[in-house]
Amino acid sequence: MPITLHDVHHAYPDGTLAVRGVDLTVDRGERLAIVGQNGAGKTTTVKLMNGLLRPTRGTVTIDGQPTAGRTTARIARQVGYVFQNPDDQIFAGDVRTELTLVPRYLRWDAAYTAERVTRAVDLTGIAPHLDSNPNDLPFPVRKFVAIAAILVGTCDYVILDEPTAGLDRPGTRQLLALMDRLRDEGIAVVTITHDMRFVADAFPRVVAMADGTVIADGTAADVFADDDVLARSQLQRLEVAQLARNLHLTDRAIRIDDVLHLIP
Amino acid sequence: MDLANLRDVTFTYAYADSAALEGVTLHLERGQLYGVVGTNGSGKSTLCSLLRGLIPHFHKGTVEGTVEILGRNLADWNPAELARTIGCVFDNPFTQISGIKDTVFEEIAFGLENLGVSRSDIVDRVTSISDRLGITALLPKNPNGLSGGQRQKVAFASIIAMDAEVLVIDEPTSQLDPQSSQAVFEIIADLKDRGKSIVLVEHKIDLMARYADRLVVMHAGKVVAEGPTREILAAPAVDAADVPRPEVTDLAFALESVGKGLGTIPVTRPQAEAAIAARMRGAQVHAHHVA
Repeated sequence: MPITLHDVHHAYPDGTLAVRGVDLTVDRGERLAIVGQNGAGKTTTVKLMNGLLRPTRGTVTIDGQPTAGRTTARIARQVGYVFQNPDDQIFAGDVRTELTLVPRYLRWDAAYTAERVTRAVDLTGIAPHLDSNPNDLPFPVRKFVAIAAILVGTCDYVILDEPTAGLDRPGTRQLLALMDRLRDEGIAVVTITHDMRFVADAFPRVVAMADGTVIADGTAADVFADDDVLARSQLQRLEVAQLARNLHLTDRAIRIDDVLHLIP
Repeated sequence: MDLANLRDVTFTYAYADSAALEGVTLHLERGQLYGVVGTNGSGKSTLCSLLRGLIPHFHKGTVEGTVEILGRNLADWNPAELARTIGCVFDNPFTQISGIKDTVFEEIAFGLENLGVSRSDIVDRVTSISDRLGITALLPKNPNGLSGGQRQKVAFASIIAMDAEVLVIDEPTSQLDPQSSQAVFEIIADLKDRGKSIVLVEHKIDLMARYADRLVVMHAGKVVAEGPTREILAAPAVDAADVPRPEVTDLAFALESVGKGLGTIPVTRPQAEAAIAARMRGAQVHAHHVA
Protein backbone atom coordinates (compact mmCIF):
# COMPACT_ATOMS: atom_id res chain seq x y z
CA MET A 1 0.00 0.00 0.00
CA PRO A 2 1.31 3.41 -0.93
CA ILE A 3 1.35 7.04 0.12
CA THR A 4 -0.83 8.82 -2.41
CA LEU A 5 -1.07 12.53 -3.01
CA HIS A 6 -4.03 13.45 -5.19
CA ASP A 7 -4.31 17.00 -6.59
CA VAL A 8 -2.65 18.33 -3.47
CA HIS A 9 -2.33 22.05 -2.89
CA HIS A 10 -0.84 23.77 0.11
CA ALA A 11 -1.01 27.47 0.89
CA TYR A 12 0.92 28.79 3.89
CA PRO A 13 -0.84 31.20 6.27
CA ASP A 14 0.88 34.16 4.55
CA GLY A 15 -0.84 33.12 1.31
CA THR A 16 2.17 31.57 -0.43
CA LEU A 17 0.94 28.70 -2.57
CA ALA A 18 3.91 26.36 -2.16
CA VAL A 19 2.39 23.28 -3.76
CA ARG A 20 -0.23 23.42 -6.49
CA GLY A 21 -1.81 20.27 -7.83
CA VAL A 22 0.70 17.53 -6.99
CA ASP A 23 -0.18 13.95 -7.88
CA LEU A 24 2.33 11.46 -6.54
CA THR A 25 2.41 7.87 -5.30
CA VAL A 26 5.16 6.33 -3.19
CA ASP A 27 5.07 2.55 -2.86
CA ARG A 28 6.34 0.49 0.06
CA GLY A 29 10.03 -0.31 -0.30
CA GLU A 30 10.45 2.26 -3.07
CA ARG A 31 13.24 4.84 -3.30
CA LEU A 32 12.25 8.24 -4.55
CA ALA A 33 14.36 11.38 -4.82
CA ILE A 34 12.64 14.75 -5.09
CA VAL A 35 14.84 17.38 -6.72
CA GLY A 36 14.48 21.04 -7.65
CA GLN A 37 15.70 24.43 -6.58
CA ASN A 38 14.99 26.03 -3.20
CA GLY A 39 11.38 27.16 -3.11
CA ALA A 40 10.18 24.57 -5.65
CA GLY A 41 7.87 22.94 -3.09
CA LYS A 42 9.98 19.88 -2.20
CA THR A 43 9.91 20.30 1.57
CA THR A 44 6.23 21.23 1.58
CA THR A 45 5.48 18.07 -0.42
CA VAL A 46 7.25 15.73 1.97
CA LYS A 47 5.80 17.47 5.01
CA LEU A 48 2.37 16.82 3.49
CA MET A 49 3.30 13.12 3.35
CA ASN A 50 3.79 12.83 7.09
CA GLY A 51 1.12 15.21 8.31
CA LEU A 52 3.43 18.01 9.42
CA LEU A 53 1.44 20.04 6.90
CA ARG A 54 -2.09 19.40 5.66
CA PRO A 55 -3.40 19.96 2.14
CA THR A 56 -5.47 23.08 1.68
CA ARG A 57 -6.97 21.26 -1.31
CA GLY A 58 -6.74 17.64 -2.49
CA THR A 59 -6.11 14.50 -0.45
CA VAL A 60 -3.19 12.60 1.03
CA THR A 61 -3.73 8.95 1.89
CA ILE A 62 -1.34 6.56 3.58
CA ASP A 63 -2.03 2.90 2.95
CA GLY A 64 -5.50 3.88 1.85
CA GLN A 65 -6.26 5.99 4.93
CA PRO A 66 -6.71 9.74 4.42
CA THR A 67 -4.45 11.83 6.66
CA ALA A 68 -7.31 14.26 7.23
CA GLY A 69 -8.65 13.83 10.76
CA ARG A 70 -5.56 11.95 12.03
CA THR A 71 -2.99 13.55 14.29
CA THR A 72 0.54 14.20 13.10
CA ALA A 73 1.81 12.04 15.99
CA ARG A 74 -0.17 9.09 14.66
CA ILE A 75 0.89 9.62 11.04
CA ALA A 76 4.51 9.96 12.16
CA ARG A 77 4.42 6.35 13.36
CA GLN A 78 4.05 5.31 9.73
CA VAL A 79 6.04 8.07 8.04
CA GLY A 80 9.27 9.17 9.74
CA TYR A 81 10.85 12.51 8.92
CA VAL A 82 14.58 13.13 9.43
CA PHE A 83 15.27 16.88 9.41
CA GLN A 84 18.07 18.38 7.34
CA ASN A 85 19.60 19.96 10.41
CA PRO A 86 19.90 17.39 13.21
CA ASP A 87 19.89 20.25 15.73
CA ASP A 88 16.25 20.93 14.80
CA GLN A 89 15.39 17.40 15.85
CA ILE A 90 17.65 16.27 18.69
CA PHE A 91 16.88 17.54 22.14
CA ALA A 92 17.92 14.94 24.70
CA GLY A 93 21.11 15.42 26.72
CA ASP A 94 22.60 12.09 25.66
CA VAL A 95 22.23 9.86 22.63
CA ARG A 96 20.77 6.88 24.50
CA THR A 97 17.95 9.01 25.92
CA GLU A 98 17.28 10.54 22.50
CA LEU A 99 16.82 7.05 21.06
CA THR A 100 14.31 6.01 23.71
CA LEU A 101 11.99 9.02 23.35
CA VAL A 102 9.72 7.21 20.88
CA PRO A 103 9.62 3.94 22.88
CA ARG A 104 8.74 5.85 26.05
CA TYR A 105 6.04 7.81 24.27
CA LEU A 106 4.60 4.61 22.84
CA ARG A 107 5.08 2.77 26.17
CA TRP A 108 7.05 -0.10 24.71
CA ASP A 109 8.41 -2.70 27.13
CA ALA A 110 12.11 -2.86 27.87
CA ALA A 111 12.84 -5.88 25.69
CA TYR A 112 11.17 -4.45 22.57
CA THR A 113 12.75 -1.04 23.19
CA ALA A 114 16.19 -2.67 23.42
CA GLU A 115 15.58 -4.60 20.21
CA ARG A 116 14.52 -1.51 18.25
CA VAL A 117 17.32 0.67 19.65
CA THR A 118 19.95 -1.98 18.89
CA ARG A 119 18.73 -2.24 15.31
CA ALA A 120 18.77 1.55 14.81
CA VAL A 121 22.24 1.87 16.37
CA ASP A 122 23.53 -0.94 14.22
CA LEU A 123 22.09 0.61 11.02
CA THR A 124 23.62 4.01 11.72
CA GLY A 125 26.96 2.98 13.25
CA ILE A 126 26.59 5.23 16.30
CA ALA A 127 27.37 2.57 18.93
CA PRO A 128 30.51 4.37 20.20
CA HIS A 129 28.52 7.52 20.94
CA LEU A 130 25.55 6.32 23.02
CA ASP A 131 26.69 8.01 26.21
CA SER A 132 27.74 11.25 24.53
CA ASN A 133 25.93 14.55 24.64
CA PRO A 134 24.79 15.10 21.03
CA ASN A 135 26.18 18.66 21.18
CA ASP A 136 29.69 17.28 21.66
CA LEU A 137 29.49 15.10 18.55
CA PRO A 138 30.64 16.12 15.07
CA PHE A 139 27.91 17.15 12.64
CA PRO A 140 27.84 13.88 10.63
CA VAL A 141 27.47 11.81 13.79
CA ARG A 142 24.64 14.08 14.99
CA LYS A 143 23.05 13.45 11.62
CA PHE A 144 23.17 9.68 12.14
CA VAL A 145 21.79 10.14 15.67
CA ALA A 146 18.82 11.97 14.15
CA ILE A 147 18.33 9.16 11.61
CA ALA A 148 18.63 6.50 14.34
CA ALA A 149 16.01 8.26 16.49
CA ILE A 150 13.54 7.93 13.61
CA LEU A 151 14.52 4.35 12.77
CA VAL A 152 13.81 3.23 16.33
CA GLY A 153 10.18 3.74 15.37
CA THR A 154 8.39 1.25 13.13
CA CYS A 155 7.88 3.49 10.08
CA ASP A 156 7.09 2.03 6.69
CA TYR A 157 8.26 5.23 5.02
CA VAL A 158 11.29 7.33 5.92
CA ILE A 159 11.82 10.85 4.61
CA LEU A 160 15.44 12.04 4.55
CA ASP A 161 15.88 15.80 4.07
CA GLU A 162 19.32 16.52 2.51
CA PRO A 163 20.91 13.45 4.13
CA THR A 164 24.31 13.76 2.42
CA ALA A 165 24.84 17.47 3.22
CA GLY A 166 28.02 17.78 5.28
CA LEU A 167 28.80 14.05 5.08
CA ASP A 168 32.25 12.81 4.10
CA ARG A 169 32.79 9.71 1.97
CA PRO A 170 32.67 7.17 4.84
CA GLY A 171 29.45 8.85 6.02
CA THR A 172 27.91 8.60 2.56
CA ARG A 173 28.86 4.91 2.37
CA GLN A 174 27.22 4.33 5.74
CA LEU A 175 24.08 6.07 4.50
CA LEU A 176 23.93 4.00 1.31
CA ALA A 177 24.39 0.75 3.28
CA LEU A 178 21.64 1.82 5.67
CA MET A 179 19.29 2.54 2.76
CA ASP A 180 19.98 -0.91 1.30
CA ARG A 181 19.00 -2.52 4.58
CA LEU A 182 15.82 -0.46 4.75
CA ARG A 183 14.94 -1.60 1.23
CA ASP A 184 15.49 -5.22 2.30
CA GLU A 185 13.02 -4.61 5.12
CA GLY A 186 10.49 -3.14 2.67
CA ILE A 187 10.80 0.40 4.01
CA ALA A 188 10.43 3.20 1.48
CA VAL A 189 12.93 6.07 1.43
CA VAL A 190 11.95 9.48 0.08
CA THR A 191 14.71 12.05 -0.07
CA ILE A 192 14.93 15.72 -0.88
CA THR A 193 18.41 16.52 -2.07
CA HIS A 194 20.65 18.78 -4.13
CA ASP A 195 23.27 16.02 -4.35
CA MET A 196 22.84 14.69 -7.88
CA ARG A 197 25.58 12.06 -7.46
CA PHE A 198 23.60 10.59 -4.56
CA VAL A 199 20.44 10.68 -6.68
CA ALA A 200 22.05 8.93 -9.65
CA ASP A 201 23.73 6.30 -7.48
CA ALA A 202 20.89 5.38 -5.17
CA PHE A 203 17.47 6.36 -6.55
CA PRO A 204 15.75 4.47 -9.37
CA ARG A 205 13.01 7.10 -9.44
CA VAL A 206 13.44 10.87 -9.55
CA VAL A 207 10.74 13.51 -9.30
CA ALA A 208 11.68 17.03 -10.38
CA MET A 209 9.65 19.93 -9.03
CA ALA A 210 9.35 23.58 -10.02
CA ASP A 211 6.90 26.26 -8.90
CA GLY A 212 5.00 23.88 -6.66
CA THR A 213 4.34 21.29 -9.35
CA VAL A 214 5.86 18.00 -10.49
CA ILE A 215 7.52 18.63 -13.86
CA ALA A 216 9.16 15.22 -14.33
CA ASP A 217 8.81 11.74 -12.82
CA GLY A 218 11.16 9.08 -14.16
CA THR A 219 14.65 7.63 -13.95
CA ALA A 220 17.69 9.80 -13.24
CA ALA A 221 18.76 9.28 -16.86
CA ASP A 222 15.36 10.54 -18.08
CA VAL A 223 15.51 13.66 -15.93
CA PHE A 224 19.12 14.56 -16.77
CA ALA A 225 18.48 14.06 -20.49
CA ASP A 226 15.66 16.61 -20.53
CA ASP A 227 16.94 20.15 -21.13
CA ASP A 228 13.55 21.69 -20.49
CA VAL A 229 13.19 19.96 -17.11
CA LEU A 230 16.74 20.95 -16.11
CA ALA A 231 16.16 24.56 -17.09
CA ARG A 232 12.84 24.81 -15.25
CA SER A 233 14.13 23.12 -12.11
CA GLN A 234 17.56 24.83 -12.34
CA LEU A 235 19.29 21.50 -11.82
CA GLN A 236 22.87 21.02 -12.81
CA ARG A 237 23.83 17.90 -14.71
CA LEU A 238 26.36 15.56 -13.19
CA GLU A 239 29.84 16.32 -14.50
CA VAL A 240 30.04 13.05 -16.42
CA ALA A 241 26.58 13.66 -17.93
CA GLN A 242 27.52 17.18 -19.03
CA LEU A 243 30.81 15.95 -20.47
CA ALA A 244 29.08 13.18 -22.43
CA ARG A 245 26.62 15.69 -23.80
CA ASN A 246 29.19 18.33 -24.72
CA LEU A 247 31.24 15.73 -26.58
CA HIS A 248 28.10 14.35 -28.33
CA LEU A 249 28.69 10.90 -26.82
CA THR A 250 25.24 10.39 -25.30
CA ASP A 251 22.47 12.35 -23.56
CA ARG A 252 21.69 9.61 -21.08
CA ALA A 253 24.93 9.05 -19.17
CA ILE A 254 24.70 9.28 -15.40
CA ARG A 255 27.69 7.12 -14.42
CA ILE A 256 31.26 6.71 -15.59
CA ASP A 257 30.41 3.21 -16.88
CA ASP A 258 27.84 4.76 -19.21
CA VAL A 259 30.53 6.64 -21.18
CA LEU A 260 33.61 4.44 -20.86
CA HIS A 261 32.85 2.36 -23.97
CA LEU A 262 31.94 5.46 -26.00
CA ILE A 263 35.41 6.98 -25.73
CA PRO A 264 37.88 5.62 -28.31
CA MET B 1 56.57 36.39 5.07
CA ASP B 2 54.75 33.05 5.19
CA LEU B 3 51.14 32.68 6.22
CA ALA B 4 51.94 29.85 8.59
CA ASN B 5 54.71 27.50 9.50
CA LEU B 6 53.95 24.42 11.56
CA ARG B 7 56.84 22.24 12.60
CA ASP B 8 56.15 18.82 14.06
CA VAL B 9 52.99 19.99 15.76
CA THR B 10 51.06 17.61 17.97
CA PHE B 11 47.93 18.77 19.73
CA THR B 12 45.82 16.86 22.22
CA TYR B 13 42.55 18.37 23.46
CA ALA B 14 42.20 18.52 27.23
CA TYR B 15 40.45 15.34 28.45
CA ALA B 16 41.03 13.58 25.09
CA ASP B 17 42.76 10.21 24.98
CA SER B 18 44.53 10.66 21.68
CA ALA B 19 46.09 13.49 19.69
CA ALA B 20 43.86 15.41 17.26
CA LEU B 21 46.93 16.55 15.31
CA GLU B 22 50.01 14.41 15.20
CA GLY B 23 53.43 15.49 13.96
CA VAL B 24 52.05 18.05 11.51
CA THR B 25 54.65 19.94 9.51
CA LEU B 26 53.09 22.39 7.10
CA HIS B 27 54.25 25.47 5.28
CA LEU B 28 51.52 27.80 3.97
CA GLU B 29 52.36 30.76 1.75
CA ARG B 30 50.49 34.02 1.50
CA GLY B 31 48.19 34.89 -1.39
CA GLN B 32 47.13 31.31 -2.03
CA LEU B 33 43.84 29.49 -1.75
CA TYR B 34 44.54 26.30 0.19
CA GLY B 35 41.90 23.59 0.21
CA VAL B 36 41.94 21.24 3.19
CA VAL B 37 40.35 17.83 2.59
CA GLY B 38 39.94 14.69 4.67
CA THR B 39 37.26 12.64 6.37
CA ASN B 40 35.47 13.84 9.49
CA GLY B 41 37.78 13.49 12.45
CA SER B 42 40.91 13.69 10.27
CA GLY B 43 42.02 16.92 11.96
CA LYS B 44 40.80 19.56 9.48
CA SER B 45 38.84 21.63 11.96
CA THR B 46 41.55 21.30 14.61
CA LEU B 47 44.07 22.62 12.08
CA CYS B 48 41.73 25.58 11.46
CA SER B 49 41.39 26.21 15.19
CA LEU B 50 45.15 26.30 15.49
CA LEU B 51 45.58 28.74 12.59
CA ARG B 52 42.95 31.03 14.09
CA GLY B 53 44.51 30.92 17.54
CA LEU B 54 41.45 29.28 19.08
CA ILE B 55 44.01 26.67 20.06
CA PRO B 56 45.34 27.07 22.68
CA HIS B 57 43.52 30.27 23.77
CA PHE B 58 39.98 28.91 23.68
CA HIS B 59 40.21 25.13 23.17
CA LYS B 60 42.50 23.96 25.95
CA GLY B 61 45.00 21.21 25.45
CA THR B 62 48.65 20.45 24.93
CA VAL B 63 50.51 21.87 21.93
CA GLU B 64 53.90 20.40 21.08
CA GLY B 65 56.13 21.65 18.27
CA THR B 66 56.17 25.20 16.93
CA VAL B 67 53.43 27.20 15.24
CA GLU B 68 54.23 30.48 13.53
CA ILE B 69 51.47 32.66 12.10
CA LEU B 70 52.64 35.49 9.83
CA GLY B 71 56.17 35.12 11.12
CA ARG B 72 55.28 35.32 14.78
CA ASN B 73 55.11 32.50 17.28
CA LEU B 74 51.48 31.65 18.09
CA ALA B 75 52.12 32.09 21.81
CA ASP B 76 53.30 35.67 21.20
CA TRP B 77 50.10 36.76 19.46
CA ASN B 78 47.55 38.76 21.38
CA PRO B 79 44.29 36.82 20.77
CA ALA B 80 42.33 39.98 19.91
CA GLU B 81 44.95 41.07 17.39
CA LEU B 82 45.00 37.61 15.84
CA ALA B 83 41.20 37.64 15.60
CA ARG B 84 41.35 40.95 13.67
CA THR B 85 44.03 39.60 11.34
CA ILE B 86 42.41 36.25 10.60
CA GLY B 87 38.72 36.09 9.74
CA CYS B 88 37.09 32.79 10.61
CA VAL B 89 33.94 31.23 9.25
CA PHE B 90 32.92 28.35 11.49
CA ASP B 91 31.44 25.13 10.15
CA ASN B 92 28.29 25.54 12.22
CA PRO B 93 26.55 28.89 11.57
CA PHE B 94 24.74 28.50 14.90
CA THR B 95 28.12 28.93 16.60
CA GLN B 96 28.86 32.02 14.60
CA ILE B 97 25.71 34.09 14.71
CA SER B 98 25.73 36.39 17.73
CA GLY B 99 22.13 35.82 18.78
CA ILE B 100 21.93 39.36 20.13
CA LYS B 101 21.05 41.26 16.97
CA ASP B 102 17.48 41.79 15.79
CA THR B 103 18.14 41.95 12.07
CA VAL B 104 20.39 40.26 9.58
CA PHE B 105 21.74 43.69 8.61
CA GLU B 106 22.85 44.41 12.17
CA GLU B 107 24.26 40.89 12.47
CA ILE B 108 26.48 41.37 9.42
CA ALA B 109 27.39 44.88 10.62
CA PHE B 110 28.27 43.69 14.14
CA GLY B 111 31.89 42.77 13.45
CA LEU B 112 32.44 45.98 11.48
CA GLU B 113 31.13 48.09 14.39
CA ASN B 114 33.61 46.37 16.66
CA LEU B 115 36.38 47.27 14.25
CA GLY B 116 35.33 50.93 14.38
CA VAL B 117 34.30 51.10 10.72
CA SER B 118 32.26 54.22 9.87
CA ARG B 119 28.48 53.80 9.50
CA SER B 120 28.44 54.75 5.81
CA ASP B 121 31.24 52.29 5.10
CA ILE B 122 29.35 49.61 7.03
CA VAL B 123 26.23 50.18 4.93
CA ASP B 124 28.28 49.90 1.73
CA ARG B 125 30.00 46.71 2.76
CA VAL B 126 26.88 44.98 4.10
CA THR B 127 24.90 45.93 0.99
CA SER B 128 27.58 44.74 -1.37
CA ILE B 129 28.21 41.32 0.19
CA SER B 130 24.47 40.69 0.69
CA ASP B 131 23.87 41.45 -2.96
CA ARG B 132 26.51 38.96 -4.07
CA LEU B 133 25.09 36.23 -1.86
CA GLY B 134 21.51 36.94 -2.84
CA ILE B 135 20.41 37.66 0.73
CA THR B 136 19.37 41.33 0.37
CA ALA B 137 15.75 40.37 1.07
CA LEU B 138 16.83 38.86 4.39
CA LEU B 139 18.48 42.04 5.73
CA PRO B 140 15.44 43.27 7.73
CA LYS B 141 14.64 39.78 9.09
CA ASN B 142 15.50 38.30 12.46
CA PRO B 143 18.55 36.00 12.22
CA ASN B 144 16.88 33.49 14.55
CA GLY B 145 14.07 32.87 12.06
CA LEU B 146 16.33 31.86 9.18
CA SER B 147 16.74 28.41 7.61
CA GLY B 148 20.05 26.58 8.02
CA GLY B 149 21.22 27.58 4.55
CA GLN B 150 20.26 31.24 5.06
CA ARG B 151 22.07 31.30 8.38
CA GLN B 152 25.14 29.84 6.74
CA LYS B 153 25.13 32.65 4.16
CA VAL B 154 24.71 35.30 6.87
CA ALA B 155 27.60 33.84 8.90
CA PHE B 156 29.76 33.84 5.77
CA ALA B 157 28.74 37.41 4.84
CA SER B 158 29.50 38.77 8.30
CA ILE B 159 33.08 37.52 8.13
CA ILE B 160 33.73 38.47 4.50
CA ALA B 161 32.47 42.01 5.22
CA MET B 162 35.27 42.46 7.77
CA ASP B 163 37.84 42.21 4.97
CA ALA B 164 40.58 40.46 6.98
CA GLU B 165 43.88 39.73 5.24
CA VAL B 166 43.67 36.04 6.06
CA LEU B 167 40.53 33.90 6.01
CA VAL B 168 40.06 30.49 7.54
CA ILE B 169 36.77 29.08 6.28
CA ASP B 170 35.36 25.79 7.55
CA GLU B 171 32.74 24.10 5.33
CA PRO B 172 30.92 27.23 4.16
CA THR B 173 28.54 25.41 1.79
CA SER B 174 27.44 22.35 3.79
CA GLN B 175 23.83 23.52 3.86
CA LEU B 176 23.69 25.34 0.52
CA ASP B 177 22.24 24.38 -2.85
CA PRO B 178 24.54 24.09 -5.89
CA GLN B 179 23.95 27.66 -7.13
CA SER B 180 24.66 29.18 -3.72
CA SER B 181 27.71 26.95 -3.24
CA GLN B 182 29.05 28.18 -6.56
CA ALA B 183 28.42 31.80 -5.52
CA VAL B 184 30.35 31.26 -2.28
CA PHE B 185 33.29 29.75 -4.14
CA GLU B 186 33.30 32.63 -6.63
CA ILE B 187 33.46 35.14 -3.78
CA ILE B 188 36.33 33.20 -2.19
CA ALA B 189 38.18 33.08 -5.53
CA ASP B 190 37.72 36.87 -5.93
CA LEU B 191 39.17 37.44 -2.47
CA LYS B 192 42.18 35.38 -3.42
CA ASP B 193 42.60 37.40 -6.61
CA ARG B 194 42.64 40.52 -4.41
CA GLY B 195 45.64 39.08 -2.58
CA LYS B 196 43.99 37.53 0.45
CA SER B 197 45.33 34.31 1.91
CA ILE B 198 42.67 31.65 2.34
CA VAL B 199 42.47 28.29 4.04
CA LEU B 200 39.26 26.51 3.09
CA VAL B 201 37.87 23.24 4.46
CA GLU B 202 35.25 21.75 2.14
CA HIS B 203 33.88 18.36 1.08
CA LYS B 204 32.67 19.44 -2.39
CA ILE B 205 35.63 18.16 -4.34
CA ASP B 206 34.54 19.34 -7.80
CA LEU B 207 34.54 22.94 -6.55
CA MET B 208 37.85 22.43 -4.75
CA ALA B 209 39.38 21.08 -7.96
CA ARG B 210 38.26 24.17 -9.80
CA TYR B 211 39.20 26.86 -7.33
CA ALA B 212 41.91 25.74 -4.90
CA ASP B 213 45.54 26.50 -5.79
CA ARG B 214 46.87 23.83 -3.49
CA LEU B 215 45.40 20.99 -1.46
CA VAL B 216 46.28 19.78 2.01
CA VAL B 217 45.14 16.18 2.55
CA MET B 218 44.59 15.11 6.14
CA HIS B 219 44.11 11.66 7.57
CA ALA B 220 44.01 10.53 11.21
CA GLY B 221 45.50 13.79 12.52
CA LYS B 222 48.35 13.89 10.03
CA VAL B 223 48.99 15.87 6.86
CA VAL B 224 49.49 13.06 4.33
CA ALA B 225 49.94 15.22 1.23
CA GLU B 226 50.28 18.89 0.28
CA GLY B 227 50.82 20.32 -3.17
CA PRO B 228 49.27 21.78 -6.34
CA THR B 229 45.60 20.75 -6.60
CA ARG B 230 45.91 18.88 -9.88
CA GLU B 231 48.94 16.92 -8.71
CA ILE B 232 47.37 15.99 -5.39
CA LEU B 233 44.07 14.83 -6.89
CA ALA B 234 45.98 12.38 -9.07
CA ALA B 235 48.04 11.08 -6.12
CA PRO B 236 47.33 7.84 -4.21
CA ALA B 237 47.25 9.77 -0.91
CA VAL B 238 43.70 10.85 -1.80
CA ASP B 239 42.55 7.21 -1.78
CA ALA B 240 44.39 6.44 1.42
CA ALA B 241 42.68 9.40 3.08
CA ASP B 242 39.26 8.24 1.78
CA VAL B 243 38.67 11.55 0.02
CA PRO B 244 36.62 11.47 -3.19
CA ARG B 245 38.09 12.63 -6.49
CA PRO B 246 36.27 14.78 -9.03
CA GLU B 247 34.07 12.65 -11.26
CA VAL B 248 36.14 13.50 -14.35
CA THR B 249 39.32 12.39 -12.56
CA ASP B 250 37.67 9.07 -11.72
CA LEU B 251 36.71 8.84 -15.39
CA ALA B 252 40.34 9.35 -16.45
CA PHE B 253 41.49 6.59 -14.09
CA ALA B 254 38.71 4.30 -15.35
CA LEU B 255 39.87 4.94 -18.93
CA GLU B 256 43.43 4.10 -17.89
CA SER B 257 42.29 0.83 -16.33
CA VAL B 258 40.75 -0.28 -19.65
CA GLY B 259 43.86 0.67 -21.62
CA LYS B 260 42.50 4.01 -22.89
CA GLY B 261 44.51 6.37 -20.69
CA LEU B 262 44.37 10.04 -21.71
CA GLY B 263 48.06 10.64 -20.96
CA THR B 264 46.96 13.35 -18.53
CA ILE B 265 44.83 13.35 -15.40
CA PRO B 266 42.15 16.06 -15.62
CA VAL B 267 40.55 17.46 -12.45
CA THR B 268 37.97 19.76 -14.05
CA ARG B 269 35.41 19.04 -16.74
CA PRO B 270 36.90 21.45 -19.33
CA GLN B 271 40.29 19.72 -18.91
CA ALA B 272 38.67 16.30 -19.36
CA GLU B 273 36.64 17.44 -22.37
CA ALA B 274 39.75 18.84 -24.06
CA ALA B 275 41.70 15.62 -23.53
CA ILE B 276 38.86 13.37 -24.71
CA ALA B 277 38.06 15.61 -27.70
CA ALA B 278 41.71 15.41 -28.75
CA ARG B 279 41.53 11.62 -28.46
CA MET B 280 38.35 11.52 -30.57
CA ARG B 281 39.92 13.72 -33.29
CA GLY B 282 42.93 11.42 -33.28
CA ALA B 283 40.69 8.38 -33.67
CA GLN B 284 38.86 10.03 -36.60
CA VAL B 285 42.10 10.88 -38.35
CA HIS B 286 43.28 7.32 -37.78
CA ALA B 287 40.03 5.88 -39.18
CA HIS B 288 40.35 8.19 -42.19
CA HIS B 289 43.89 6.97 -42.91
CA VAL B 290 42.86 3.32 -42.55
CA ALA B 291 39.98 3.90 -44.96
